[in-house]
Amino acid sequence: MKFDKPAGTNPIDQMKVIGKPLDRIEGPLKTTGTAKYAYEYNELNKGHAYGYVVGAAIGKGRIDSINQYAAKNAPGVLAIVTYENAGPLQKGKFYADKLLAGPDIDHYHQAVAVIVAETFEQARSAAALLKITYTRVKGSFDLEAVKDSAITPQAGQFGPPPQTELGDFEGAFATAAVKLDETYTTPDQSHAMMEPHAAFARWNGDKLTCWCSIQQLNWGVRDLANVLGIPKENVRLISSFIGGGFGGKGTVLSDIVAASLGARAAGRPVKLTLQRPLIFNNTTHRPATIQRIRIGAATDGTITAIGHESWSGNIAGGRTESATAPTRSLYAGANRMSHLRLAVLDLAEGNAMRAPGEASGMMALEIAMDEMAEKLKIDPVEFRIHNDTQVDPSNPTRNFSTRQLVKCLRDGAEKFNWKRRQAIPGSIREGKWLIGIGVASAIRGAPITKSAARVRLDKEGMITVETDMTDIGTGSYTIIGQTAAEMMGVNIEKVIVKLGDSAFPESSGSGGQWGAASSTSGVYAACVKLRESVARSFGFDPEKTEFSDGKVHSGNRSVALGDAAKTGDLFAEDEMTYGELSKQYAQDTFGAHFVEVAVNMYTCEIRVRRMLAVCQAGRILNPKSARSQVVGAMTMGVGAALMEDLVVDKSRGFFVNHDLAGYKVPVHADIPYQEVILLDDVDPTMSPMKAKGIGELGLVGVAAAIANAVYNATGVRVRDYPITLDKLLDTIKINA
Amino acid sequence: MKSFTYERVHTPAEAAAAAARMPGSKFLAGGTNLLDLMKLQIETPVHLIDIGKLELNKIEHTSSGGLRIGALLSNTDLASDASVRRDYQILSRALLAGASGQLRNKATTAGNLLQRTRCPYFYDTNQPCNKRVPGSGCAAINGYSRQLAVIGSGDACIATHPSDMAVAMMALDATIETVNPKGKVRSIPIADFYRLPGKTPHIETVLGKAELITSVILPPPTGGMHFYHKVRDRSSYAFALVSVGAILQNDGSGRIALGGVAAKPWRSESIEKLLPLGSKAFTEKLLAKARPTHENAFKIKLVERTLEGILKEGRS
Repeated sequence: MKFDKPAGTNPIDQMKVIGKPLDRIEGPLKTTGTAKYAYEYNELNKGHAYGYVVGAAIGKGRIDSINQYAAKNAPGVLAIVTYENAGPLQKGKFYADKLLAGPDIDHYHQAVAVIVAETFEQARSAAALLKITYTRVKGSFDLEAVKDSAITPQAGQFGPPPQTELGDFEGAFATAAVKLDETYTTPDQSHAMMEPHAAFARWNGDKLTCWCSIQQLNWGVRDLANVLGIPKENVRLISSFIGGGFGGKGTVLSDIVAASLGARAAGRPVKLTLQRPLIFNNTTHRPATIQRIRIGAATDGTITAIGHESWSGNIAGGRTESATAPTRSLYAGANRMSHLRLAVLDLAEGNAMRAPGEASGMMALEIAMDEMAEKLKIDPVEFRIHNDTQVDPSNPTRNFSTRQLVKCLRDGAEKFNWKRRQAIPGSIREGKWLIGIGVASAIRGAPITKSAARVRLDKEGMITVETDMTDIGTGSYTIIGQTAAEMMGVNIEKVIVKLGDSAFPESSGSGGQWGAASSTSGVYAACVKLRESVARSFGFDPEKTEFSDGKVHSGNRSVALGDAAKTGDLFAEDEMTYGELSKQYAQDTFGAHFVEVAVNMYTCEIRVRRMLAVCQAGRILNPKSARSQVVGAMTMGVGAALMEDLVVDKSRGFFVNHDLAGYKVPVHADIPYQEVILLDDVDPTMSPMKAKGIGELGLVGVAAAIANAVYNATGVRVRDYPITLDKLLDTIKINA
Repeated sequence: MKSFTYERVHTPAEAAAAAARMPGSKFLAGGTNLLDLMKLQIETPVHLIDIGKLELNKIEHTSSGGLRIGALLSNTDLASDASVRRDYQILSRALLAGASGQLRNKATTAGNLLQRTRCPYFYDTNQPCNKRVPGSGCAAINGYSRQLAVIGSGDACIATHPSDMAVAMMALDATIETVNPKGKVRSIPIADFYRLPGKTPHIETVLGKAELITSVILPPPTGGMHFYHKVRDRSSYAFALVSVGAILQNDGSGRIALGGVAAKPWRSESIEKLLPLGSKAFTEKLLAKARPTHENAFKIKLVERTLEGILKEGRS
């Protein structure tokens, strides 16, 4: 089915199952510990062995020698794979990193060996006996130091054009009545998902099955086949459950390659998981940025010039953090520029992490907007509203498909009691606590992509859906079940959802907050076909057939749905593909974040006290799972604002705090009362589902809202994240 | 993890004797720190002596009116003991500021005193670390040092001691009681228990090789108001940037011990007489010999301000 004109009324609009806050259908499996994750497929892999990945001990250089003698002769060791015996390996198409290094080492903890042994303990113990000598070479580890060597990168598959101009930015900025020109920095961040990267690989002749934990099975099959140099047809990947990804498990990383190579070498199924301290330097991360923002405005608050430049670094072939993306679309302003630059850094690969581009960019832009509002003596909410636009500011002939940023801001301000905020920082105090309130807008693209599904009807009236879509904790199982239930006129209990197997029809996968809208649209397409064959099986005109209450109605006839499959199951498979609507309309999701913080006047400790997010993200398929996504994202925003920071040792060339004691994410005690408002919004330009993603929107702007609240509480403007107490200590006066 | 042998012992003397018999052995109590370090091959004992079944998990009143705390009493049980909560609030508060509920259920009094540092370079066996591999160098001094020591350290090591409990014990003038392989009992004031790194940062306490901590003795209650303010990068489950333990008396006198600034809890009784002059004068003197890095120099101001907040609360 091709979607190329705005959707009219369709069965999803009934909202009998779609739009209901249903519990996750796989919830009981997770709460009882019976949902199977990649590392747990022991009984399907009798006689399996364990793998252990060894990471490079240097930041940049090469391997001089590998002495396997002691490791090979250690108890239980079955095989050792290094670049010397792995055979030729290529790269995947999405990640730039070499997933088994040697002899060159591109970054710290890049995989250099996998040890396979009878037990995990034996593999780990032998790993320490592998003697590798290295020669270090001088690397580039300091973004600030190499900033001036950065180049304008090629346009990537994702993200905005690297360099854009509209009108006369320099001229308009030079003559603007009120100006801001500031630099902001964001640090490297880690996904720090709960489930470490893990893989269970089994060869059957030249065919490879790998239970793994990745978000995009279609990319995974392509990339693993590429890396190993085998036909795609010989690769099957299974990711039934994923314990968090956040973009850090897009496709194949070192765990899957190591398990596959280890299993081939040992002639047995091999399972392994990346040990936590390896993940931070071995896998990908959100790269640090240096961002310069210039805004010029008339005294009435009208933005006349807006410019955003961003510098980031990466290994050779790695992508650019597209931090300028939100500035291209968020606010009006006739004269605009954006510019991305990319430097070479010999740290682990920078790649997608929840809301890549927008999250980093809005950490800067939304502080800048707060600073401008103050210069203009305009309320920060009003300043944003004043510069709203209903046309794409980078392409003013194009409309937004839907855009309710103003409503997000207004409703949020009302609900949060924004009136309580005092314009003069440091005005509100409760004992030793300085109280501040901050706001930020949110914007995140609403990409949608082709996605296929297969549906089956049996004589009991049960619907089974199969698609290689993944559920990374987002609720895919449930919304896909809701979609099929709505389409086929049954309740959710009559639907079985099977996901995460590359043998199923190819879906969008989970990434870029496109999964919900894309994968349910694929299920919609398949269900349209199934409805047609059901109708025909009863001799009904498909155009005049309705499905409800487990029955099929046409004219005055009404038949049980399952009767259509009396003589055998009915199958239907289809793929939703897309025309030009995403070019004709700017399709985005919008939001507003409000935060109240308290800052301890003595110690400068920052405590978030209240948070509110108002989100506009198309039709909300399941308000409960959507809310969970936003709450989780807001929590991640607290981390980004206040603590998350992969610290680079600039002489040794690695992220030093590479475990969960050193890399801090929020704990329960950091998270206050959180409220989420989901606006009514149906977007017929997206797909028949009229839905968009929401999982990434919830993060965008949160950190800046916190930064702005800290400023409002203290009068200290921190432009370098994270906002740790040492950055306030010299400035906040103790006023007992 | 390196392979090791294991035995379980039944008396403290047996434990010490076993340790004397087996060079390279370690006592295993709660294991919350040791086992993690063994998995990372930072600790590589050849033999573990499991002391978990020793009857050292009681808390008793001493004849002088103090408390005798068994070496194996869990941090949870110590923090929730009625006498501790009433008379030694600083200790209860410090314990509850540390680790997590699950870890405190397992961690013991003696084990808490003997925690190893959380310096990230100590934890990464690819990096030089004089504490882990004597003579290999210190990557932290010119590296990521935000969390590390500002005083009492040297050119060999700037690691901090991570314990909260030990800070409270320092303020309370606790005494550590041990037994050696010959059955000889020794009492060590906590002020003498920890060694500063000097040139031998791998030697962290004055304990002999096979000496076993059996209990920690608290003197009679001091009265006064008790505070333990642990300042960190998140609200819970993080090691201190600095912590300030304080016992303040109505006459303006008091005791102050600091965590997160040195290889041991930092206290000076002689300087405590300056306390009535306020936090600035006191901190300046207490940390006069500090040699912070550019990344952790803020800790000095943070101590001063944290203490100021405590003194303000104490006065009001």
